[in-house]
Amino acid sequence: MSYISKPVAHHPQLPRNKLGLTRRDYEGSMSTLCAGCGHDSITAAIIEASFEMDLPAHRIAKVSGIGCSSKAPTYFMNRSHGFNSVHGRMPSVTTGAAIANRDLVYIGVSGDGDTASIGLGQFCHAVRRRLNMTYIVMNNGCYGLTKGQFSATNDKSSPSKKGEANPFDAIDLCQLAIQLGAGFVARSFSGDKNQLVPLIQAAISYNGFAFLDVISPCVTFNNHTTSTKSYEYVRAHNLASENHLDYVEPKEEITIDYAEGTTADIELHDGSRLILNKLDSQHDPRDADAALMAIRTNAAKGAVATGLLYIDPTQQDMHDILATDARPLNALPMTELCPGSKALEAINARLQ
Amino acid sequence: MSGINDFVVKFATVNGSGSASANGIFAKTLFRMGIPVSPKNIFPSNIQGLPTWYEVRVSEAGYTARREGIDLMVAMNPQSYPQDVAEIVPGGWLLYDSTLPRIWPRSDITVLGIPIAEMCAKKWNDPRQRQLFKNMVYVGALTALLDIDLKVLEGAIGDQLKGKEKLVSANMEAVALGRDFASKTFQCPLPIHVRHATGAKGKILVSGNDAAGLGAIYAGATVCAWYPITPSTSLAEAYEKYAKRLRVAKDGRRLYGIVQAEDELAAIGIAIGGGWNGARSFTATSGPGISLMSEFLGLAYFAEVPVVLFNIQRGGPSTGMPTRTQQSDITICAYASHGDTKHVLLFPKDPTECFSMGAEAFDLAERLQTPVMVMSDLDIGMNDWMTDAFSWDDSKAHDRGKVLDAETLEKFAELKGKDWGRYQDIDGDGIPYRTLPGTHPTKGAFFTRGTSHDENARYTEDGVIHARVIDRIRRKHETAATIVPKPEIGIRDKGGKTGLIYFGATTPAVREALDLLERDGIHVNAMRIKAFPFTREVASFCAMHDRVFVVEQNRDAQMRALLMTEANVPGTKLIPALNYDGMPMTAAFVRGAVLKELKPAQVAAE
Repeated sequence: MSYISKPVAHHPQLPRNKLGLTRRDYEGSMSTLCAGCGHDSITAAIIEASFEMDLPAHRIAKVSGIGCSSKAPTYFMNRSHGFNSVHGRMPSVTTGAAIANRDLVYIGVSGDGDTASIGLGQFCHAVRRRLNMTYIVMNNGCYGLTKGQFSATNDKSSPSKKGEANPFDAIDLCQLAIQLGAGFVARSFSGDKNQLVPLIQAAISYNGFAFLDVISPCVTFNNHTTSTKSYEYVRAHNLASENHLDYVEPKEEITIDYAEGTTADIELHDGSRLILNKLDSQHDPRDADAALMAIRTNAAKGAVATGLLYIDPTQQDMHDILATDARPLNALPMTELCPGSKALEAINARLQ
Repeated sequence: MSGINDFVVKFATVNGSGSASANGIFAKTLFRMGIPVSPKNIFPSNIQGLPTWYEVRVSEAGYTARREGIDLMVAMNPQSYPQDVAEIVPGGWLLYDSTLPRIWPRSDITVLGIPIAEMCAKKWNDPRQRQLFKNMVYVGALTALLDIDLKVLEGAIGDQLKGKEKLVSANMEAVALGRDFASKTFQCPLPIHVRHATGAKGKILVSGNDAAGLGAIYAGATVCAWYPITPSTSLAEAYEKYAKRLRVAKDGRRLYGIVQAEDELAAIGIAIGGGWNGARSFTATSGPGISLMSEFLGLAYFAEVPVVLFNIQRGGPSTGMPTRTQQSDITICAYASHGDTKHVLLFPKDPTECFSMGAEAFDLAERLQTPVMVMSDLDIGMNDWMTDAFSWDDSKAHDRGKVLDAETLEKFAELKGKDWGRYQDIDGDGIPYRTLPGTHPTKGAFFTRGTSHDENARYTEDGVIHARVIDRIRRKHETAATIVPKPEIGIRDKGGKTGLIYFGATTPAVREALDLLERDGIHVNAMRIKAFPFTREVASFCAMHDRVFVVEQNRDAQMRALLMTEANVPGTKLIPALNYDGMPMTAAFVRGAVLKELKPAQVAAE
């Protein structure tokens, strides 16, 4: 039995957000992933981000495909509806859900197998469609549930736990997302909560397709010393962090001091602001070519470029393209949707 | 059989030459003269250059099935001359473009040569006009040969060319050219010709795909996801056409969302996502698409998500005959996906039912929280059928099924005496109550999954719970068998022991065959199946008869197998009558199948 609910009792003095909710109110059932799995840290970051943003949990829809990562939506936000669909097909299910109700926040959780192999086509087309969602890949370079086979994001230089070489080049999902026109592309590491939480907040605030590739070590099958998706390796090679992002909610005052010339200030549709504190890099994340270059040059050095890699704050989303009504389609009354018998008479007349 | 208002004309042309609209105008004109017509487009999987045909059966008696034996062949394509000439009945006519005169191998037909290309070359300078107007020249010749009402023809041309009025007079000039030549050259009209009639009065001429797209509009469907595949494409296009007309708000915003998906998997995924979120959602596809959508259909079955799928069946297996018709997806649709799955199917018989069942499918899908497939086919979907006008009862509310709003969720235990759980069978009909995302801040959230789950939607690997849940879903399908459309039963021989089962596009052929058989002295009771799971009338019809013909358009007698498995009808009494050459079924075929069994001596003599 792998469904374990958590006890509901909690400390009376837990901090509460503007909705009067505690962090516990954003939790899900007990994780059944391996102890130390990076995915659980990402889950914790999603809970933290939503709590801080005062998101009403029931206005969130959690969607996923199949795999260890796709189980994760069970482990956060019990008050949200979730949909654990079929392998690699989360993007299409989310597309339909989003057309039906544009007012919900869609958080998709997928893995590197689910997105970079079986679901690569659906991923690409969700990007093309400018689907308004946050798409998180919990990327560990292997298939966990089927015991450690290579996935398509595993680096060529990175052998398996048993020492088998990986003969294939990796698919870099961030580069792919940028090339396909995703408006928000970031990479992070499950072990860097300070970087991850504001990135998730920014992704949720972003109106359009927000993609987050989070390297998330598989402690059981891909955390050996020769793996490039291990905690050790990513910590050691994440020095090339492109930037650190602070997420500032709409109407909130900016309270952090930044050194002159080290920040970029980007405003999103909902009025929230992203204060980017550039670290090593000089690349402007509004420049897609520069972002691609930064990923590639870092990768060539064996480093992992993390942070907000690319953003287009003005992009149209799917509903703009489809010109759908401002109200959710699932809330339209039948009186507006069914033309009735009078209109049918006119149609019959034309067909006579 | 042939005579006034009773004959078959066939046009043999080249794909992409503009003949389709001329042929359509021809059929529409006869229809508007009040004469029952049934046009059938027999086309290649090709855009330009290959042979294509258009048959029009004219039948004052109202028989609209395809009929073999061509009375008048309009042969405009030298590529297909040999087979076209062979199809003409003895005593029939051949109209051809005699710009290059030919000697024809048959002395039992009358050849009507018209130098069409030469006439067009003299009349028009523009090569495109020379080509296109050739079609209207032969239509013009037919107005004289068949005594067609010119005024009605002009009206039909005007409707076809709405907004391009200048072209109407140009087309009428081409018509006059052909008409004058025929009047002067041949003895007009031919013994087969038309006259005004009343059989088509009050009817409409429309394709099933057009009707089904409209049905989805009337059902209130707002999410349409599809991937182009013949012969279903025009259904999604029809939905869009009507949505643009009927579903745009005053500010120009659309009350619908259409996605041309990247493949069939995504198309059904989008429709399921929309259904999960409380919007009426559908997709349209054909055989290969069903194969691709199967995994998702299993998810929607097991997670109990409403979705409507229009399957416009074509010739299989594999890519098969994409432009020919069949009823060969019954087995795959009834049981699509791995594991124990079973789906609700509807079998419309014509475009009128594509409209009404197309709309009803959404009610059933939401009532039963499961996929519902509307089993149309290429013949119904893409051909124009003379059919009853659409009707809609404004007083009948759409059935949105058991969906809880915030208020009902609050009071659920009070109202029902039990706590809510997504998959709890509260009412004993196997149908649980569902909630939509975003409904209530603290109640009603659950995790939809394709993995095994308990009555509260929690993951389980407990075999007892798993069996309990899938047994409950089976009970839901037993409920389905009480609410899907009942079969239509026609008793011609009270107490008689010979029955015949049919469904879908074969309906006109079966009805005509039953009339023909009466003349042979054979009275057969018939039942038209409209839905699966079978309502109890289906089994009792079979029980009432000693032998039951099952007429279908596939090789493996798929409906017969379904009757044996699902209605426990002994196979020994079910006699298959199968046609699977991809052509719409004829009455002669059905009659022959019955006679072969009942009066083999007569068949041998014929």
